[in-house]
Amino acid sequence: MEKTLDLKFNYTEKKDTRSGFGDGFLEAGRRNPNVVGLCADLIGSLKMGAFQKEFPERFFQTGIAEANMMGIAAGMTINGKIPFTGTFANFSTGRVYDQIRQSIAYSGKNVKICASHAGLTLGEDGATHQILEDVGMMKMLPHMTVINPCDYNQTKAATIAIAEYDGPVYLRFGRPSWPIFTDPAQKFEIGKAWKMIEGTDVTIFATGHLVWEAVVAEAILRSEGISAEVINIHTIKPLDEEAILDSVAKTGCAVSAEEHQYNGGLGDSVAQTLARNNPAPMEYVGVNDSFGESGTPTQLLDKYGLDAANIVAAAKKVLARK
Amino acid sequence: MEKQTIEQLEGTASQVRRDCLRMVHAVQSGHPGASLGCTEFFVALYFNQLNHDPNFKMEGKGEDLFFLSNGHISPVWYSVLSRSGYFSPEEMNTFRKLNSRLQGHPATEEGLPGIRIASGSLGQGMSVAIGAAQAKKIDGDDSTVFVLMGDGEQEEGQVWEAAMYAAHWKVDNLIATIDLNRQQIDGPTAEIMDLIDLRAKYESFGWEVIDTLQGNDMKSVVEGLEKAKSLSRKGKPVMNLLHTEMGFGVDFMVGTHKWHGIAPNDEQLADALGQLPETIGDF
Ligand SMILES: Cc1ncc(C[n+]2csc(CCOP(=O)(O)OP(=O)(O)O)c2C)c(N)n1
Ligand SMILES: [Mg+2]
Repeated sequence: MEKTLDLKFNYTEKKDTRSGFGDGFLEAGRRNPNVVGLCADLIGSLKMGAFQKEFPERFFQTGIAEANMMGIAAGMTINGKIPFTGTFANFSTGRVYDQIRQSIAYSGKNVKICASHAGLTLGEDGATHQILEDVGMMKMLPHMTVINPCDYNQTKAATIAIAEYDGPVYLRFGRPSWPIFTDPAQKFEIGKAWKMIEGTDVTIFATGHLVWEAVVAEAILRSEGISAEVINIHTIKPLDEEAILDSVAKTGCAVSAEEHQYNGGLGDSVAQTLARNNPAPMEYVGVNDSFGESGTPTQLLDKYGLDAANIVAAAKKVLARK
Repeated sequence: MEKQTIEQLEGTASQVRRDCLRMVHAVQSGHPGASLGCTEFFVALYFNQLNHDPNFKMEGKGEDLFFLSNGHISPVWYSVLSRSGYFSPEEMNTFRKLNSRLQGHPATEEGLPGIRIASGSLGQGMSVAIGAAQAKKIDGDDSTVFVLMGDGEQEEGQVWEAAMYAAHWKVDNLIATIDLNRQQIDGPTAEIMDLIDLRAKYESFGWEVIDTLQGNDMKSVVEGLEKAKSLSRKGKPVMNLLHTEMGFGVDFMVGTHKWHGIAPNDEQLADALGQLPETIGDF
């Protein structure tokens, strides 16, 4: 389908976003000697091996003990270290929520919680590992910044940017090989939404892997005479409310797209912004109150209604409600 | 179900290893290493030790119960469950595929017979097993509850909360086993997070501890479980330290963490299957 479409963004290469994290982490370590790493027996999966090799004295294997890892990280910030913790998204959030809440968020500690294998697209491991609630949990914590970049380049840029930002951050990325369609030289601005494609009929607010699906959906909609605006909300908190309100003031309706539950995700953040300022029809593309399952990423995005075709359908539905 | 002899159990184990490898190969994902390493244990349990009914009922009243805490070794569990009659071996063809009951990690959501709790996130299974064992005591049900954990999994704090609780509450109808293969994802446990002396740790927590030194020898595994049973119901929870080799049964997989979660390719599968006689019939 992608081949015959006139896409506004293209790709020649695919790579996993976790590799963007690994490469960004190494770069952050080179730029700042205070950057340290911790990992709970998933160094290979998190792509933290290059940093470990170059800075062995600044890297700590914690074993399979995520709660302890969060506490150690919080302690390390006290004399100015900038710890990056690495494990799967489920074990980075739900597993250790109270440790993050008390020792990191409430205590205002400069820990970067780096979470791979988020969402359905981790694939065959199934629902135990496919967390779809992490954005909700993390964005509810006061002081926490929540970032979900869309491709390798954006993840790398975001990783470098969070090292330079002072405060707790949740950085969410994933496992599958995914199109690289953003600029390798991009400057990542935390909290600043990126209008990728201008349009007038409907705004698609997308985050993470589904930004690519939104790019594909825009081309499909355009081929059917519908003009969609695509906004990349890489930072879910703090949310760029101005960008959201400006766009919807023009288009009059919105679709959110994310690899997360409806409850608590980007969609809810957008809906809250609209409801408080400028109520407008909105549709959600996400997982509707169910757990995931084993399957390939493509199969799962289709079955759970998260791919470009579903974004197109949501856009048409919301247009009819204008 | 009739108890299999050691010889029969060994034949079953060969088939179970084939099943594990063929499942993981077919989807090119899953965890063969510790599945192969724990094959004797699973086969001994389901075909010789457990008093269980393949006509599955969640409550399992009057039955021995088994819980798998290190859920990533689902292939070996799915194989013994199907081979002992919980569901058709053909269903192993669906392992890790869309719309399957055989999820990557064991789950109750799809209703697979034999599974009583989801696992996959490590460190949680022993708590559940203890709860189930205590529920049996409340009911005056004299059956035994078994749980298997990984050795790397011992690094999770919850395991030690559970260990303390089980001894405090004298949960002596519980037999826990640790797959002591000395490997985890990133490497040998001694390098990742040294467990030092698990026997001393559990003893100091108030457990009765035994070692099954040859965890890949069927006779030793059966004897170890018999011994564990004989030590149960004496006021202490029982820990069976099962010394295994990850990847046992396939020469190029044995003894390394490299096959923790990697699937064999076509050539490697053929090589591996050549080392494991088909005894019952492939699914
Ligand atoms: C809470 C949690 N953290 C991390 C993981 C990822 N993980 C899966 S298996 C594994 C290694 C487990 O080691 P061990 O218990 O020794 O099992 P083995 O590698 O021997 O099969 C890890 C870290 C997980 N499943 N759950
Ligand atoms: Mg192990």
